[in-house]
Amino acid sequence: MTAATRNSAAQNALDATRASSEFRLSVEQVSYAYSPNPAQAPLFTLEASSFQARPAEIVAVLGPNASGKSTLLKLIAGAIDPMSGRVLLNGVATNSLSPRDRAQRIAMVQQESPLPFPFRAWEFVLQGRHAYGRSLRFENDQDIAIARNALAQVGAEHLTDRYMDQISGGEKQRVILARALTQQPQLLLLDEPTLHLDIGAQVSLLETLRRLAAANRYTVVVVTHELNLAAEYSDQVVLLQKGRSLRVGPPAAVYQRELLEQVFQTSLSVELGSSGRPRVSVLPGSQSS
Amino acid sequence: MQPLTLWRVLARCGILAVILFVVVVVALKFGAVQVSLWGLGRDLISVILHRTSAISTDYGMIVIDIRLPRILLAIFVGAALSVAGTSFQALLRNPLADPYVLGVSSGAALGAVLALIVEPHIALPPAVTALLTPLGAFLGAAATIASVYVLGRREGLLDTNTLLLAGIITASFLSAIIIFLMTTLVSRDLHGMQFWLMGDLSIALQRNLRWILGVTFAIAAAAIYTTAGDLNLLLSGEKEAMHLGVDVPRVRLVVYIAASVLTGLAVSVSGAIGYIGLLVPHVMRWIFGSDHRILIPTAAFGGAIALVIADTLARTVVAPAEIPVGAMTALAGAPLFIYLLRKRLA
Repeated sequence: MTAATRNSAAQNALDATRASSEFRLSVEQVSYAYSPNPAQAPLFTLEASSFQARPAEIVAVLGPNASGKSTLLKLIAGAIDPMSGRVLLNGVATNSLSPRDRAQRIAMVQQESPLPFPFRAWEFVLQGRHAYGRSLRFENDQDIAIARNALAQVGAEHLTDRYMDQISGGEKQRVILARALTQQPQLLLLDEPTLHLDIGAQVSLLETLRRLAAANRYTVVVVTHELNLAAEYSDQVVLLQKGRSLRVGPPAAVYQRELLEQVFQTSLSVELGSSGRPRVSVLPGSQSS
Repeated sequence: MQPLTLWRVLARCGILAVILFVVVVVALKFGAVQVSLWGLGRDLISVILHRTSAISTDYGMIVIDIRLPRILLAIFVGAALSVAGTSFQALLRNPLADPYVLGVSSGAALGAVLALIVEPHIALPPAVTALLTPLGAFLGAAATIASVYVLGRREGLLDTNTLLLAGIITASFLSAIIIFLMTTLVSRDLHGMQFWLMGDLSIALQRNLRWILGVTFAIAAAAIYTTAGDLNLLLSGEKEAMHLGVDVPRVRLVVYIAASVLTGLAVSVSGAIGYIGLLVPHVMRWIFGSDHRILIPTAAFGGAIALVIADTLARTVVAPAEIPVGAMTALAGAPLFIYLLRKRLA
């Protein structure tokens, strides 16, 4: 290796650090197509979508059912390979990471099916440390401290010794979030975390998320159906319709009445709330065409 | 919060090893020749320490030579079936999964019967010929679990009820093929139909086969144990486990192959014994918790203890006659299966 190439390599590394200090997550023109067999036309396509996010930023992905929200989240997580484009986390393509490396950088919170066998909340939370050791490893004091801290951060210390099948939906969602925190991720992905939660539990979960993103410098991407909660708690909104990304920007820029009415196929009114963020209300009885 | 430690795993296994030793001594005592428990315990330790000259009585020698091999076989088969059952329950996220219910044991039995039919027609060195039956049983087990896995999927996801039905149907279909083969094609006595369909521990194992089976068992069980942490995460679902850093395809492959090896080994020497792989993991989970780092080794000991007890009952309750050990385990296991099914549906 010559001095010149070494210099340029060092320069590239420097550029990469500089870029990451600005944008941590960079979704660049990713697309995807589902098809049951290669000869047939795809059943569903996600057209090129792009957006960037910094540390401590919350991005909400909105859109009607079957608009490609979960597909976009899977692409970001690196669980599926994009047909074109790429998703970079600190300059590294997420789909190129090994499961273990990925789990140390990206945590996913999703609707979990019930466990077939009983586990206590603390056992469940400690499982988030899996990516930091061999499969047959026994947790050390550091893992235990991290798990305790994670439970405290989501306000679930009182659930530590409870069984997972004996706690409420909102409590379970907190424990699942705590497990994601023990992964010590840079990127936290959530797929409809507020589904099946009452309004109090929804607000409380998003407040926690807001606080954690600021305190731990997570970049957060959350898929949700809750327009008002997304407006209230997110820095950026990605609006999807039928696999196309219609608009990306701060909530005030995306929440345009005509746009939302067209996307969600219903009459809506959009006002500015007391917090300075948009508020959406439904106008019953007047189905827009 | 009481995180699991290696010390706790070893301590629990130590306790179970002592229980197993006591059960073996009691099992040795039952039979036509009366011997004292105390003398038997001493003799057994002598055998373990390879000091056979120190065995106290002639009767003791008889007991050690005749009854002990059968008990050792029960220990090995019980442990293999129980570990295989634990693995299938974790991998399929199904508390009712076990090699017998899923038809894997029947597949292994069919593979073994086919190997026995083919054996006289091909010229192989004797050492290889001896391994043909366990190999056939392994291939039968692996093919069955693969097909049950495919049949049990609905819309790309494993469905608990579809999987169980697929397993039960496969089991009865394969048993029918075994019955067909044994009644039409086989002129020689291949241990008899009852052996393959119900299980039997009374047929002595060839001495040279013992070591090969023992070592293979140890390797397969160890391979499953290395994935213990992954199996804990797989209980949350395959997608979830992947996001937590589990290399799901690799773990699935390792556990499927190793569990098929264990089932194949057990079936090739004892036929299709039911319910050990279903019942024992549940009892151990109830006592020690659901963490596979403690569940897998304790299930191995538990399976050994359960099958030694079942076999002792099988050869003593109607003495001097004997009932197949599989009938014994079904007598205890079937009601438990019903209980678990009801509890799930409740």
